[in-house]
Amino acid sequence: MSILRKLSTNKVALFGLIVLVFLVLVAIFGPYLYETSPWKMVNRPFLPPMENTDLMLGTDTMGRDVLAGLVYGARISLLVGLISTMIALLIGVPLGATAGYFGGWIDEALMRFTEIFQTVPSFALAIVIVAIFEPSVYSITIAIALVSWPPVARLVRGEFLALRNQEYVLAARLNGQTNRNIILREILPNTLSPIIVMASLMVATAILLESALSFLGLGDPEIMSWGYMIGAARTVIRQAWWLSFFPGVAIAITVLALNLVGEGLNEALNPKLSGKRES
Amino acid sequence: MKKLLLQAALAAALPLSCINVQAAEPTDGGTLNVVVQPEPPSLMIGIYSNAPTQQVAGNIYEGLLRYDKNLEPQPLLAKSWESSEDGTTWTFHLKENVTWHDGKPFTSADVVFSVDKFLRETNSRLRQSLEYVDSITAPDDYTVVFQLKEPFGPFIGLFETGTMPMVPKHIYEGTDYKTNPANHHPIGTGPFKFDEWQKGSYIHAVRNDNYHQEGLPHLDEIYWHVIPDAASRSVAYETGKIDVLPGGSVENFDIPRLTGLENSCVTSEGWEYFSPHAWLWINNRNYPMSDKRFRQAIMYAMDREFAKNALWNGYGKIAKGPISSKTKFFDEDLPDYEYNPEKAKELLKEMGYDGTPVRLMPMPYGETWQRWAEAIRQNLSEVGIETDMVATDVAGWNQKLSDWDYDLSFSYLYQYGDPALGVSRSYISDNIAKGSPWNNVEGYANEKVDQLFDEAATAFPDSKRAELYKQVQQQLVEDVPVGWLLELEFPTIYNCKVHNLIDSAIGVNDAFGTAWIEQ
Repeated sequence: MSILRKLSTNKVALFGLIVLVFLVLVAIFGPYLYETSPWKMVNRPFLPPMENTDLMLGTDTMGRDVLAGLVYGARISLLVGLISTMIALLIGVPLGATAGYFGGWIDEALMRFTEIFQTVPSFALAIVIVAIFEPSVYSITIAIALVSWPPVARLVRGEFLALRNQEYVLAARLNGQTNRNIILREILPNTLSPIIVMASLMVATAILLESALSFLGLGDPEIMSWGYMIGAARTVIRQAWWLSFFPGVAIAITVLALNLVGEGLNEALNPKLSGKRES
Repeated sequence: MKKLLLQAALAAALPLSCINVQAAEPTDGGTLNVVVQPEPPSLMIGIYSNAPTQQVAGNIYEGLLRYDKNLEPQPLLAKSWESSEDGTTWTFHLKENVTWHDGKPFTSADVVFSVDKFLRETNSRLRQSLEYVDSITAPDDYTVVFQLKEPFGPFIGLFETGTMPMVPKHIYEGTDYKTNPANHHPIGTGPFKFDEWQKGSYIHAVRNDNYHQEGLPHLDEIYWHVIPDAASRSVAYETGKIDVLPGGSVENFDIPRLTGLENSCVTSEGWEYFSPHAWLWINNRNYPMSDKRFRQAIMYAMDREFAKNALWNGYGKIAKGPISSKTKFFDEDLPDYEYNPEKAKELLKEMGYDGTPVRLMPMPYGETWQRWAEAIRQNLSEVGIETDMVATDVAGWNQKLSDWDYDLSFSYLYQYGDPALGVSRSYISDNIAKGSPWNNVEGYANEKVDQLFDEAATAFPDSKRAELYKQVQQQLVEDVPVGWLLELEFPTIYNCKVHNLIDSAIGVNDAFGTAWIEQ
């Protein structure tokens, strides 16, 4: 609760949070409130924004409603962002924890393994994975997760290395607790705050990755997404600026909001930083 | 009235003016930069008949004849030809000074090998026409005699480079044609010689100094640039890196902007022989497409007028049936499948369609086709047919069509000036064979249609043929083996400094032998 209170005193973070909550609401309820399918050709193509009150943001190259695309695209962007981050945490946290807690050859082996992924440019790897498995929302989510877990593993390992010789850990060990218990019950809760901060930023990165993949035509052809909208509109950017502008703004605002929240969380959760702010 | 006439005359002269102004004497030299889209899978024109392959290989390989814009045959590798009174014996006299790019002489033995051995095996479209040919013989080095079993209406229209290219006997005889290493370094008789292919970047051909037509070609070299992105192709043209944008290589909504540029010329000539006809492949083998009413419902569900205007910039004409309206055997009286979602729903209800989703595989030929698939997917969903989009690249799309592993997909095929050449191949049951995306891929089989096409090909005179083609068109329009979309029109956009770019009925797919650049 104190986290929320601290967050709410940070105006910038609060703004990010409000935007984010709004986006989440749009993603959840938008498609029910706004029933026009984003694929439906509702009017003549290239209708500029504000010309028709039913179509505030105009229509695209095929007469599809741009606003509908934004509403439906919010869902896919956030969903891919969240789920791929969760998967990345599910891979990265156990790996980093094991490496940091046990050290020695286990640490060596796991970190070398992590480096394999870190040395390949993450976007290139994501493209290859999606291309191999045929573009679909599943392959995209998994591809993003697979390229974004290594920093998590490194972070968690670092935390574990620092904490594993703390007195309470040693006490637990003397107490005869199992390694599993010590990792899960004693150390992990103390590493949560940096993980949460990192996760919020990872969601933002994942949304960007998904947009970039869709932009390149590697999106799920079944699903309207912001990246797809920009990708499909880039050839006509001189004739119809609004087709790439609005989804671009949507991506920018979402990523910005996530970053602000992440920053706010960092300040709220990190005793050193929050102390500074209050003084 | 006089003034009006004058204006009309001026208007008519205007598009020509950029060709004829200062078109006095052709000058030699120069490099022509052309876009090829997409990158061809191979340049071996005898094996691959994709449009991009023909576009490049048409400069390297040659046929016996070429065709002017009225589809009249003109000499090329054959200097003259005659037929017997009954139209069953055709004698071709070959030019005597022709050599292959590797220096070996071109003779009648090459013609016999190309047609009777090579193309019979590799080209399913020609194979079908060759059914009418009893024997091909070479009485001497420069004479070839085609003996037909019976008169075949479109026979003299078969000799264009893309249909019947001459391939070198001394390289291919006794080898496996598909794996012959020469496929990577094509050897032909054309005005340009293959030089280099940087995959993903460009194909380079240079002037053939030993070309058999005196004084030709004018150009020194040609580059076909591979630029995968449509917007980049437009920019390349605007910046002058590209001189020629063949029809279909830029997005349709870019055409008005590009043709409005200074020194930019446009022509829709050069497609007379092909009359490209676009349709939706419907796999007749699988439920629910196996039901005629389902296929008819698709026809009623598609808003083709919208697609023409929104996606093709208004270019083209809605296809009524299998035969292009530009062909003389087109039947004006065919019933229309107008846009009518209600009718489509009724038909689906009548057949008891259970909502089984079907797969829709867009043609990976650029954004217009991708958008078209999205539009049709939406049209279909509005009458209750759900589709799953299948994403492929060109190779995968060819493969899946060849293996019949699809439900709905797109294609556009050429008509070759005669239904016996370019139409029947997609509907007769003899042409159901895995391994080619250009034959009867939909798996439609109807004995009556087979018989009608068969009779129409050899009937005499044309009025008799027209009567038979009328019947076959009505049957096909009733059965909807494929979903006809549009008779496509692809304007070619080019820099006005290039002259004589298109001088035959096959346009940019013919050799740029007579083209020249104003220096």
